[in-house]
Amino acid sequence: MKVSEQWLRQWVDVAQDVQAIADQITMAGLEVDAIELVSAPFSGVVVAQVKEAAQHPDADRLRVCQLDDGSGQLQQIVCGAPNVAAGQKVALARPGAVLPGDFAIKEARLRGVASHGMICGESELGLVEEKSPGIWVLPDDAPIGEDLRQWLGLDDHSIDVDLTPNRGDCLSVMGLAREIGVLNRVEVKTPGVAPVAAQVDERFEVRLDNASACPRYSARIVRDVDVSTPSPLWLTEYLRRCGLRSIDIVVDITNYVMLELGQPMHAFDLDRLQGHIEVRNARAGESLTLLDGQKVALEDNTLLIADAEGPLAIAGVMGGERSGVNSDTRHVLLESAFFAPLAVAGRARQYGLHTDASHRFERGVDSTLQVRALERATGLLVELAGGRPGPVIEQTDQQALPDTCQITLSAERVSRILGMTLEDDEIRDILTRLGMTLKACESGGWDVSVPAWRFDVRLEEDLVEELARVHGYNRLPVRYPQASLAPRREDATKVSLDVIRQHLVAGGYQEAITYSFVSDDLQQALNPNVVTPTLANPISSDMSVMRSSLWAGLSRALLHNLNRQQQRIRLFETGLVFNGEIDALTQTPMLGGMICGTRDPEGWTSRREGVDFFDIKGDVERLLSLGGVEGEWRFEPGEHEALHPGQCARILRGEHPVGWVGALHPAVREQLGIKPEVYVFELELVALQQGRLAAFSPLSRHPEVRRDLALLVDESLPVQSLLDVIREQAGEALTDLRLFDVYQGAGVEEGRKSLALGLTWQHPSRTLTDVEINQTIDNIVAVSSERFGALLRN
Amino acid sequence: MEHLSTVVATAVEAIDAAEDIRALEDIRVRYLGKKGEVTALLKGLGKLPAQERPAAGEVINQARQQVEAALDAKRTALEASAMAARLAEQKVDVTLPGRRESSGGLHPITQTLRRIEQCFANIGYDIAEGPEIEDDYHNFEALNIPAHHPARAMHDTFYFDARHVLRTHTSPVQIRTMEHQEPPVRLVCSGRVYRNDSDLTHSPMFHQVEGLFVDENVSFADLKGTIEAFLKAFFERDRLDVRFRPSYFPFTEPSAEVDIQCVNCGGKGCRVCSHTGWLEVMGCGMVHPNVFDHVDIDSKRYSGFAFGMGVERLAMLRYGVNDLRLFFDNDLRFLRQFQ
Repeated sequence: MKVSEQWLRQWVDVAQDVQAIADQITMAGLEVDAIELVSAPFSGVVVAQVKEAAQHPDADRLRVCQLDDGSGQLQQIVCGAPNVAAGQKVALARPGAVLPGDFAIKEARLRGVASHGMICGESELGLVEEKSPGIWVLPDDAPIGEDLRQWLGLDDHSIDVDLTPNRGDCLSVMGLAREIGVLNRVEVKTPGVAPVAAQVDERFEVRLDNASACPRYSARIVRDVDVSTPSPLWLTEYLRRCGLRSIDIVVDITNYVMLELGQPMHAFDLDRLQGHIEVRNARAGESLTLLDGQKVALEDNTLLIADAEGPLAIAGVMGGERSGVNSDTRHVLLESAFFAPLAVAGRARQYGLHTDASHRFERGVDSTLQVRALERATGLLVELAGGRPGPVIEQTDQQALPDTCQITLSAERVSRILGMTLEDDEIRDILTRLGMTLKACESGGWDVSVPAWRFDVRLEEDLVEELARVHGYNRLPVRYPQASLAPRREDATKVSLDVIRQHLVAGGYQEAITYSFVSDDLQQALNPNVVTPTLANPISSDMSVMRSSLWAGLSRALLHNLNRQQQRIRLFETGLVFNGEIDALTQTPMLGGMICGTRDPEGWTSRREGVDFFDIKGDVERLLSLGGVEGEWRFEPGEHEALHPGQCARILRGEHPVGWVGALHPAVREQLGIKPEVYVFELELVALQQGRLAAFSPLSRHPEVRRDLALLVDESLPVQSLLDVIREQAGEALTDLRLFDVYQGAGVEEGRKSLALGLTWQHPSRTLTDVEINQTIDNIVAVSSERFGALLRN
Repeated sequence: MEHLSTVVATAVEAIDAAEDIRALEDIRVRYLGKKGEVTALLKGLGKLPAQERPAAGEVINQARQQVEAALDAKRTALEASAMAARLAEQKVDVTLPGRRESSGGLHPITQTLRRIEQCFANIGYDIAEGPEIEDDYHNFEALNIPAHHPARAMHDTFYFDARHVLRTHTSPVQIRTMEHQEPPVRLVCSGRVYRNDSDLTHSPMFHQVEGLFVDENVSFADLKGTIEAFLKAFFERDRLDVRFRPSYFPFTEPSAEVDIQCVNCGGKGCRVCSHTGWLEVMGCGMVHPNVFDHVDIDSKRYSGFAFGMGVERLAMLRYGVNDLRLFFDNDLRFLRQFQ
């Protein structure tokens, strides 16, 4: 809410300057966003009257004017504005004047004719943004010779207050003045609102069909209004300083009253209303062309003002074109109603609208204010544009009006919440100044009645906040919470996310954080068969579906860096991935990684070859070893739409598939615009984090036995199958099994590969004999041969 | 016996001339080996008369020791020079870079988030997590933001359908925790949150850390103490002006926004603080009784405070980052600055 400092000061008389007022209300919870001068600085401009405007002898577009500036001597000014004419009151910048932008006015000659200053347009004075086409013609009552700034009161500020949604009561000059009054212990002056006597005895029927949505509707006929009357400058200036544009005298007055008192109003063209006014919900199929020319199809959740012919306005949001005031209007019906916040909330948004009226009604308007605002508007209208008012028409359903609120407050509760005692006197003083009435109750506290405008205060806690706020948050005590300190259990079997992250960082991975929503195309490329929830209102189609894989964001990050000459990239991310429709959704924490470029960082010792599958698999294996349960993890050949069919492994923990590792499919790379080969992994964090508690077993005092074995197998045989068989046959004393060579080539038959294996045994309680080891080796060879056709290589 | 001194002299001369261990060994064999010249002289002692033997033996032994000493000395010298040669050969340029994997780094948001969490975990707060796709109840309703509440408009919510949203704050985790935990509750939860807003100063996804402390006799004074101490710890300053401004959050009452003295200009006024000298860093307040009602905690017996802060904002202030969007571009040149 933007408000004029001068206007405020008419309501509440405080000594401090505008910055001090702003600081004060900011610290009371009404945050001031900005303080702006209502006009850019200028000086030396006075009101003058054009006495004569004659054609310039040597220039078609220039006029030579004689102006009375109150100095007793006419001033000659050469003026190029098309609208200058004798008799006008204008703003004259005399020599020595400085206009906004440090534009100094000097004596000049224009095409041979002397000019002693300049007649100004509004834009030249910095009062409007867009360049005005001609000079600014002032009202006839402008006093000749008066300094323009003085006369217009331009040494004023617009104070922009960013109000929280609970403080709808402050969306007016009156409301803000009330706050300033409370904080400074100063009375608020209420410019007198004398009821305006009816001059015509004419009413208009009003029916309330939905009293809970509209418990009070007041209206008034005003006949013979001169809509062509220009709004006086003081009125348009206040509107401008509060951020509103002048429209016409009727709308300007309703807007002025809204700014002054906080009651949004509307004016109908009486001649266009048919029969009666009814306040009801929209019916199926109804539509309305709004004041802004937009036609909307109305939904039945929408409260309307309608007449016998149909909808006139969306209640509390915007009026319709058919019944709006225009230049032909002669008689008006003023409306001042109370709409319940819940009846209006969401409606403006639903139709893509946000108006000053909806902003106020959604937050709440004082339900006792309607007739007062109606009287105020009528008074102004009669005063400024003539017209003969009828009597106030009021329909009220008392039952449906908001209840008056009574709250019991105890001093003890105040101290418990604030951690300090407020004196009873201060409690009474603050609440009374806030417009509450207090009655001491038997239990020792007070029964507090809340004024109608403080509809946000409903609970004892709300009162405590008011007390704290006015007393000053920064005067409240500071202490540290007391707690009983007991050591807590920490799950030692869980590998912490920190350890996992640090491990990757040590391995050269850089952590990325990417958006959780991605483009559908990208998602389709990576996981065509997975459905994830789609946002109903995405920022853009690039951020519209929830990711099913961390690879989506990582691939974008990778590409971003490839496009910036980075060649060796290793990224990881942790976060949720999504799977399923919204009603059968899983949100799973994952760890994902992506690498490309050379195996080693470039350097004089580096291996310059690119990374391959076994680099990333090695990184994964090291992660899997963190929990100390490496034996529970397995890799098996798998199929994944995003991965190279020959370089793709499913990662299993026991029997459960919990991740993938592989090369990004070349077709997917092409689709994503990624040139180099890229290797990726993704793992469920819960599985990765589940480790074991280390358990001691005694060290054997008996010697280790190692045997090496070379087996020839079919080249397509997954080594894992062979290793499984060997482990199974090697017995419990096997302490290590490693594959130290894979060979194909000379000496090995085409279609086969030679696997060199090192087996180590150590028995806990005895020395193993050659005989039993030989027997074990024979078994291994026999079973491998039987299952896989493996041959011992000599 | 003149012969003996000649033998010794020849041997010593040969030893001196030896160029390597092998040549030296040959010399040892020639003089001291089983068939060596000195050994032969010793063997010849038997032919001497018995009374001459001791003296002659003595002389020959001295000669033998002389040769042995020369051999040992030469061996030591040769070994030393061989070692020196080998070492010289193995010399490397120690200023060449070592062989290593270059290290990566944690995202600055993660670092900031962990730092905040750690401040609270250190004094006994639990760390909690929750889903990012939330139901309307946990994100709004239970936090005292009923349908059509104007505060919902402040949230610029991303919707999936009428009942599901991307969480707009981490506050639903408060509810989920209190639903199954009796007070005392002390927790921090952190993570991604989402608002439908994207410009220079807003990202549609950002991070929050939220704290909750519920116990008997918890007051606004405890909240002020906790926040002030945290901010001093986070910014590592002994003196840091902190002020509390009344504000409004539907789930707390009383509510406050917290400003700190601008860490860029020290409160004098600069671009970072829009020339106000103050920076808004977090929101907080006493848990609203309606929130306690939703999770069946007796608000007459228990009270509590909650606070929430934007991690990006704190990270920007702490590291001097001037553009929010850099956090989600994941440009390595940016990320590596935080290693």
